[in-house]
Amino acid sequence: MQPLHISAATAVSALGVGAAAQARALRQGQGGLTPNNYEPAVGGFIGRVPGLEQAPLPAAFAQFDCRNNRLALLALTADGFTQAVAAAAARHGAHRVAVVLGTSTSGVTAAEDAYAARDANGALPPSFDYAHTQDLASLGNFTRQWLGLRGPLFMVSTACASSARACMDAAQLIEAGLCDAAVVGGADSLCRMTLQGFAALELIAATPCRPGAADRAGISIGEASGFALLERATGPIPGQGFALLGAGASSDGYHMSSPHPEGAGAVAAMRQALASASLAPEAIDWVHLHGTGTRANDAMEDQAVLAVCGPATPCSSTKGYTGHTLGACGILGLVMARDCVAQGFIPASLGLTAADPSFRSNTLTTTRTAPMRHVLANAFGFGGTNCSLVLGPLP
Amino acid sequence: MTALSADILGVAIWGPGLEGWAASAPILAGTQPYAFRASPPPAPAVLAATERRRAGPVVRLALAVAQEATAASALPPESLPSVFASGHGDAVVVGSILEALAAAGQQPRAVSPTQFHNSVHNAAAGYWSIGTGNPHPATCLGLGDDSYAAGLLKALAEVTTTNRPLLLCVYDHPLPPPLDACRPTLAPFAAGLVLAPPGFGAGTALARLHLHWQPETPATLPSPRTPGLAALVAGNACARALPLLEALARHEAELPALPYLEGSLALRLSW
Repeated sequence: MQPLHISAATAVSALGVGAAAQARALRQGQGGLTPNNYEPAVGGFIGRVPGLEQAPLPAAFAQFDCRNNRLALLALTADGFTQAVAAAAARHGAHRVAVVLGTSTSGVTAAEDAYAARDANGALPPSFDYAHTQDLASLGNFTRQWLGLRGPLFMVSTACASSARACMDAAQLIEAGLCDAAVVGGADSLCRMTLQGFAALELIAATPCRPGAADRAGISIGEASGFALLERATGPIPGQGFALLGAGASSDGYHMSSPHPEGAGAVAAMRQALASASLAPEAIDWVHLHGTGTRANDAMEDQAVLAVCGPATPCSSTKGYTGHTLGACGILGLVMARDCVAQGFIPASLGLTAADPSFRSNTLTTTRTAPMRHVLANAFGFGGTNCSLVLGPLP
Repeated sequence: MTALSADILGVAIWGPGLEGWAASAPILAGTQPYAFRASPPPAPAVLAATERRRAGPVVRLALAVAQEATAASALPPESLPSVFASGHGDAVVVGSILEALAAAGQQPRAVSPTQFHNSVHNAAAGYWSIGTGNPHPATCLGLGDDSYAAGLLKALAEVTTTNRPLLLCVYDHPLPPPLDACRPTLAPFAAGLVLAPPGFGAGTALARLHLHWQPETPATLPSPRTPGLAALVAGNACARALPLLEALARHEAELPALPYLEGSLALRLSW
């Protein structure tokens, strides 16, 4: 694919508000997981963004008010992102800037609250606005209206690969000539459905998740939002522009909630992403693992990375810092990759003293300071959906 | 604005009184009368017994057209990437999880594990890839009433950039109570298309579809020509595909513009 300049990016997670907060925490080895006080019955740890309960949307957007859109707004107003998009809209025309976002559960917290507040006849309270909260379209319509854009809009929902896949789908829109730039990213917020659902699958770790550890025992769930502005790289870019260089996706065709044991789908997505970036595996300096901390994912992904990149390429997961932010993990990975490359460090998987001895890829246990260029970032999801992105400097 | 084109290699439909393309084409062509009736989709033949048991009515609806469209295209179903689009996704499953959460309060293990993994918007695409052994990418979109338009635009953009055929599967099923009051939906409806780069099929294409996005030109809800189908188009957002299916059945070129965001998608067939 044609490299797409990432001319602005922003993120919010339990590590803080704004891109700089993410990189700072990774560099300092400070995680954001705390005991689960959102759905205490489930136990474990969560990556919770503080203050969302007290941060309603501005009055003009009140119909969109729900936890997920509040989380999105925190990111949209950080890092000068809204202003950067306005400048891009002025350059290209508002109808030439697309919005392609991913989410797995959108504003389902609004439905959870509404179900708890049903009347004696079982009817939902009139204050519940399905279309502007729970509906998948909610996040996309809110973001597009907030940014004043008039370009094409898609909402992508491929479970935990949602926002990564949104980047790939946006790149196709630009390549097809339907737009010149795209706002990509997404948001997934804490909700009872996800916490109870993963608990039912017995995939919630009692302790903060420890991806890559021999004694790893499941995931910690987090919430995050993030956005990036992708633009056709035309003419010289000031500084060394960072870019989406390639994207690949695949389906396991194996099981709804367990990955293919040898990682066949993950291998295919990574190889396709490398091919689309016209890069050899040796060019990758860091594999940002999907690395959830479940027995099955991490073992599968180790085999897949070994098959694609061999035993030397450093790889690590950042879910020990943020928790598994579900559909938002792809865009969070993109923002982290940009800033880790800019600052020249590869974060270790948090709290990992030794990788699972059965693993054969190069899982980092200490943060490495080194110049690097290219990052391969993975996001996999239920339904056997896989998406990998290649990120790095504009060639 | 950019115009996109793709050849239609296979077409499929499932809805009330519209039980597959072979049975529906004469109705959509106006040579047989339309009669509304409940039409539960068949159990998906592509799924093994275990998956078939776990797949609910929404997955069955989507897979009915995925299977029919790929069979009609004569391309192996496992060879095609796919675009799935649905406004509601599997609201039947999501609704039952919301019921369980409300009933359980702060109890652990409130939710069924199978229901949870079936609740994702890409569940139908997941079952399709499992059933057919399909390793190719599947993207899954949702955009309320514009879900079909978004899926069509995405599918044509993907065919154009990848230069290979794909399956487009659009479906919407009524929501369960009490959510149904938020988005009244008349009946389940799904449509499937196998789309390919122009010329790919070497003479096997039914027709060539041309799409042109008009960001500043609004469109009204498209009116079907078949008597009795207007209620379905108004009552299920994915049934906005009906005018295209009618044009295919009638071998006609012109069809109404499809609302998309503030503007519309101008659509045309060539034969």
